[in-house]
Amino acid sequence: MMTPSRRRKARIAETTARMLLGSMALIVVGIALFVVGYIVYRGAGALDWQFLTDVPRNRGREGGIFPVVIGTVWVVGGTAAFALPVGILAGVYLSEYAPKGFATRAVRLAITNMAGVPSIVYGLFGLAAFVLLAGIGRSILAAALTLACMTLPVVITATEEALRQIPQDLRQASLALGATKFRMIRTVVLPAAAPGIITGSILGLARAAGETAPILFTGAVFQMRRIPDSPLSQFMALPYHIYTQVTSVPEWNPDLVWGTALVLVGGVSLVSVAAATWRAFQRRKIAW
Amino acid sequence: MVILAAIALFLAINAIRALREAGLDTMLSGTLWYPTSDPGKFGMLPLVLGSLLVTGIALLVSIPVGVGAAVYISEFSRGAVKDVLKSIIEFMAAVPSVVYGLIGVAVLIPLVKDVFSLPSGLTALTGGLILGVMSIPTIVSISEDALHAVPMDLRQGSAALGNTRWQTTFKVTVPSAGSGIFAAMMLGLGRAIGETIAVLMLTGNAAVIPDSVFESVRTMTGTIAAEMGEVVQGGLHYSVLFTVGLVLFVITFGVNLAADLVLERQRKRWRR
Repeated sequence: MMTPSRRRKARIAETTARMLLGSMALIVVGIALFVVGYIVYRGAGALDWQFLTDVPRNRGREGGIFPVVIGTVWVVGGTAAFALPVGILAGVYLSEYAPKGFATRAVRLAITNMAGVPSIVYGLFGLAAFVLLAGIGRSILAAALTLACMTLPVVITATEEALRQIPQDLRQASLALGATKFRMIRTVVLPAAAPGIITGSILGLARAAGETAPILFTGAVFQMRRIPDSPLSQFMALPYHIYTQVTSVPEWNPDLVWGTALVLVGGVSLVSVAAATWRAFQRRKIAW
Repeated sequence: MVILAAIALFLAINAIRALREAGLDTMLSGTLWYPTSDPGKFGMLPLVLGSLLVTGIALLVSIPVGVGAAVYISEFSRGAVKDVLKSIIEFMAAVPSVVYGLIGVAVLIPLVKDVFSLPSGLTALTGGLILGVMSIPTIVSISEDALHAVPMDLRQGSAALGNTRWQTTFKVTVPSAGSGIFAAMMLGLGRAIGETIAVLMLTGNAAVIPDSVFESVRTMTGTIAAEMGEVVQGGLHYSVLFTVGLVLFVITFGVNLAADLVLERQRKRWRR
């Protein structure tokens, strides 16, 4: 039996807990709103057509960020070119073909662990393996390969996750019609899983676009006059540009740096939101 | 898996020279980091302690806030509120670390300097606070997954016995998800200790063993990032930086592996 005083105590505890936990959630929301608001507040002033199309002048204190944006687009494109095919094939293999056993479990564990390796360690790896050993030199290609290694676990996990959500009936129906396993995967399973795979991969690529540490020693440069013209040229990139402005340019121009940050965060969020919305839309189209 | 092994292999190969010439135990226990003096002194202890101090501060911030927010999202919110909260967490995870660094430079450094009336705002505390913010999304999303995986029957059983929602949460749900929440903390730790750019921009990077949180510290990650650009490739200093990377890799690998094993155990437990 609950006595009235115990009931009151329980009620007080309930209210206190709710308020305490709620305030933790509010803190998180507050931080996030502050981050967005502050970036927009500080960066919006610099944002105009000239800023996006001009080259940096006076060590980045004036001018625009055109080559910086282009550099980031090149590197992310290169990252996608390596990470997507390898990641999707690996995901399909793990989800559809790999025998359920110790080896597969170990591979899975290694993949989740890869996601936790610090980005600066990927930078060291890229320097040793791609820049020096493979002799590619500091370039878009080396940086893209490094970022691709970092993005691979995301692509693999997204692929596996998407394939797992395809109902077994669909596969069996396809097999019953006489399709081989490969044909079944190619014509039935993959198209159905495509929205999930693509969205997950885009989210991973968006993260890669914002990384600084892996490109520090693999090809990003402080300033270059021309737009990169081959995969072997060095490049400027948005995150690296922010970093070098703040740490190595005396009297850096805060307006332009915040403008760069706004372009980076805005670009990353826009692409992510677009991908997530597209997936939600596709999901509604296919109803099991 | 091949890549993971390759990473370890490349780090190790490049670290060999340092290991042979300077010795791992001398490096790990050395307290002086003067890589450019002649002969260079490569005592990593200030760097390791710097990393641990900053990570500790970060976890003091992110564990209470992160776990609290996760419990609230999973147990006390529903519908649209829940969806919005989850998207906000995802957004926080997507903000690049250099941007957190920039916010720290603009907001946190002056704030820490004024509040504690310090000569400089470039301190371990500043770096730790921003790292705490950065590891919140990891802790919230993994903890929330763990709470979500607890079967509804348990909650309903507890409610049927007359427990309030908080009593259910505190006595049944959270203990059941305990190992998952613990894994979330570990992964948050892994994220914080491996973070580079934001810390580099905020901690001042003095390679001395810190006496208090108001002093400048230098982390392992920051050291690699700051010094690798200026070393002779193949030289001893270069090799030592790879050793720092190797130490970092081993630490994060251990932490993540432990967390993964815990999570997998829990997943098995609730699978029916």
